Amino acid sequence: MTEQPGTYKSVSIALTGAGGAGVITAGNMLLEAAAKSGLYGLFMRSSGPQIRGGEAAAMIRLSSKPVGGPGESFDIMIALDWHNIDRFAIELPLTPNSLVLADPAQGEVPAVIANSGAQIIQLPMKDMAKKIKKGRPNMLALGVVATLIGLPDDIVDAVLERVLAKRGGDALEASRAAVAAGMEIAATYDFDRTLKGDADGGDRWMLSGNEAAGLGAIRGGIRFVAAYPITPATEILEWIAPNLDKIGGALVQAEDELASINMIIGGSYGGTPSLTATSGPGLALMAESLGLAVASEVPVVVVDVMRGGPSTGIPTKSEQSDLNIALFGLHGDAPHLVVAPTSVSDCLFATQWSVHLAEAMQTPAIVLSDQLLGQSKAIIDKPADLAFVSQRSVVEAGVVDYKRYAITQNGVSPMAIPGTAGGQYTADGLEHSENGNPSSQVNDHISQLDKRARKIESFDYGDHWADIEGDGELAVITWGSTAAVVSEAISDLNDKGVNIRMIAPRLLAPALPDKMTEALKGVKRALAIELSHSEQFYRYLKGYFDLPCPVQSYHRPGPLPFRAAELVNEIEKWSAQ
Amino acid sequence: MSVQPATKALSARDFKSDVKPVWCPGCGDYSVLSSITKALAELGLSPEEVAVISGIGCSSRIPAYLNSYGFHGVHGRATALATGLKLSRPELTVLVTGGDGDGFSIGGNHFLHACRRNVDMTYIVMDNRVYGMTKGQPSPTTEPDWDNSALAPAGTGLRPFNPLVIALASGANFIARAFSGDPNGTAQLIVEAIKTPGFSFVEILSPCVTFRPDQREWKTDVHPSPVDPTEDIGRAARRLMTDDGFNLGVLYSGHRKPYALNFDASVDSLSDLEQQFAV
Ligand SMILES: Cc1ncc(C[n+]2csc(CCOP(=O)(O)OP(=O)(O)O)c2C)c(N)n1
Ligand code: SF4
Repeated sequence: MTEQPGTYKSVSIALTGAGGAGVITAGNMLLEAAAKSGLYGLFMRSSGPQIRGGEAAAMIRLSSKPVGGPGESFDIMIALDWHNIDRFAIELPLTPNSLVLADPAQGEVPAVIANSGAQIIQLPMKDMAKKIKKGRPNMLALGVVATLIGLPDDIVDAVLERVLAKRGGDALEASRAAVAAGMEIAATYDFDRTLKGDADGGDRWMLSGNEAAGLGAIRGGIRFVAAYPITPATEILEWIAPNLDKIGGALVQAEDELASINMIIGGSYGGTPSLTATSGPGLALMAESLGLAVASEVPVVVVDVMRGGPSTGIPTKSEQSDLNIALFGLHGDAPHLVVAPTSVSDCLFATQWSVHLAEAMQTPAIVLSDQLLGQSKAIIDKPADLAFVSQRSVVEAGVVDYKRYAITQNGVSPMAIPGTAGGQYTADGLEHSENGNPSSQVNDHISQLDKRARKIESFDYGDHWADIEGDGELAVITWGSTAAVVSEAISDLNDKGVNIRMIAPRLLAPALPDKMTEALKGVKRALAIELSHSEQFYRYLKGYFDLPCPVQSYHRPGPLPFRAAELVNEIEKWSAQ
Repeated sequence: MSVQPATKALSARDFKSDVKPVWCPGCGDYSVLSSITKALAELGLSPEEVAVISGIGCSSRIPAYLNSYGFHGVHGRATALATGLKLSRPELTVLVTGGDGDGFSIGGNHFLHACRRNVDMTYIVMDNRVYGMTKGQPSPTTEPDWDNSALAPAGTGLRPFNPLVIALASGANFIARAFSGDPNGTAQLIVEAIKTPGFSFVEILSPCVTFRPDQREWKTDVHPSPVDPTEDIGRAARRLMTDDGFNLGVLYSGHRKPYALNFDASVDSLSDLEQQFAV
């Protein structure tokens, strides 16, 4: 490319190596140094199926603007070794503009890499590191990248000091020396991808989508979590357990997902806002009891961090294929909430909002995150403090003639929390009358079904129901993690003079057809884009909305994430029709 | 979340709701219901400080017949639901009630883990060795040669599940067997079970007169355990080897520390947590 240094839209860096080579550690440090230099960024990790010791890739995209998805190709790739490179080379697109640093001690550059035409520099990282007492090649690589993208030396050093302080002086000095050696050699390369950060650009945060979801949960008022570990949701649990403990909540590890969903129903029935996190297989196990939460009107929040499916599928890769089970997986007529974050930072908002909605409407909310959002770490603007906290309608002690499932105008009936004198009732998954007694009467069934539907249909969701950008006569309708990539593709098209509108509903259930029609005002044609083999989102749009214009579909399965160039291409093809 | 102390002593009747049970006349579960209300009254509890959690089955209908808080959940998951409630609201008295199919078949895994976790609650299983609600199929505790079910016309031929053995092996802290035909004795065992910290398991032999009319004979089969309760697990295990399934009374009462969670906060505000993400 002929762009001038400092004007790149973004720079993408891949660090690869066998497990234990430390590419993830180096990647984290690089991201932190970039953040401290005022850059935005996104750190996606890819790892093999091995539990330990498999190959790993740290894929980092940095920019002076917020980053929502992967870049077109990698500008810089540093391979500490070629361990299993064939298996994930497809995730590392390179071009003749790319620079690949390879260690001659690791053998020849594999054809999958060499064939890209990238410039290849041999750098004996292992030997160079060996000359430094306790020196490691990953730190050398960090130094190389830091110089190639123009990160200030003192900031890189501050990160080393913060991260390695606990490990003792030796480790710090060894890393400093390795980083310095990397910087020194990189300064001699005729390759520059200097990015301009804005260190005064306001407060920034660095966190993963899973951490953001955990924080959103706590902000929303969640104080009890029961869960069973599952990739790629486990980091929510790992983050929330110690942090709940600090704020006065607690987590229990359940024996399975059948138990975890029931435990949080029990916790919430007792008055404590409660949540669980899982992935597709766990959500499938929870389906029956989610129906119990609907029928007994107990608010709970379930975060589903989607992976490739069906069955165990591809646990470490992303897909948007749990939409159907989240929307339609409950038996009976079971209105509930489904909310999908549209970015890493939105994992915070969407989860916090979901807690608020679930508590306000006394119904379960499913948060549909995915591996890409959950396990990617992003540099974001510090999120605003949001007013959404759990507010459940409850009755006071001394209540007389209490009816737990009273028919009310908005469908929400005040709940008695165990311990409240006079409020005793039996929560029931059996259809019931207003006072909670089991009933198979026609009238009770209809009026209870009506009230449960009314609760969520009459609620005012405000503008949060969707992210809407632009005002073109052509629109892309998308959802979840794909929204960030669509947004980037649309902005690239804008630069080419093509005007496209984006509508990304955050609220997927209940469907809000009137709001969608409003958002599509003036649109002549729309394209639905999603990461699903069976175009679940497209079919949902066709089935649940009165779309005022023709809609076509672009969809494919994971595990490869969308990149903006692919979507620019597809949108251009479609818009030219 | 404080609970008002009862101003006057309540009677067993005060714990009954006005909902009429769906049970068949003569079903053992009627007297289990009475025993539970007697026990709650004797313990001097108020209805609002008690929560009774159940799954699905004839026996699982009990919560609606009580005037306490209750939750009639899904089949097999009552101990898990109760665990979430008790862990987050430790001051409540939590009971779980259900059948042998609910607790040992579909809920078998939760039974093991409830025993092992040892949360302070009392689990009452009305064992009638049959699925009553679905009209008479064999359950895990059914005798191998019981051949009155269309689903197993020649009997299951399967070795019955022994709930007391499993409870002991899995770590329940209090284990007893009662008979619905002895409502006072049953009430006393329930009182003891509730009073004993940790997970208490009470198997109540409760005849299903409709699908197991042979169980009317149970009144002559049952007998008080010939020995006193023990706090020695090994001794309890040896006694179970000679148990004919009709020994009544407390088998085991231990001293395991109940599992509980700590809900005390160590930071004042959310910003203390959020600091970790600041660049
Ligand atoms: C998931 C599920 N599977 C099956 C059933 C049907 N079902 C209801 S009660 C029951 C068995 C009840 O037997 P038990 O627990 O022994 O209680 P009893 O009726 O004998 O008191 C079954 C299989 C159900 N309600 N839910
Ligand atoms: S079917 Fe059996 S268990 Fe059910 S109510 Fe009738 S007698 Fe009782």
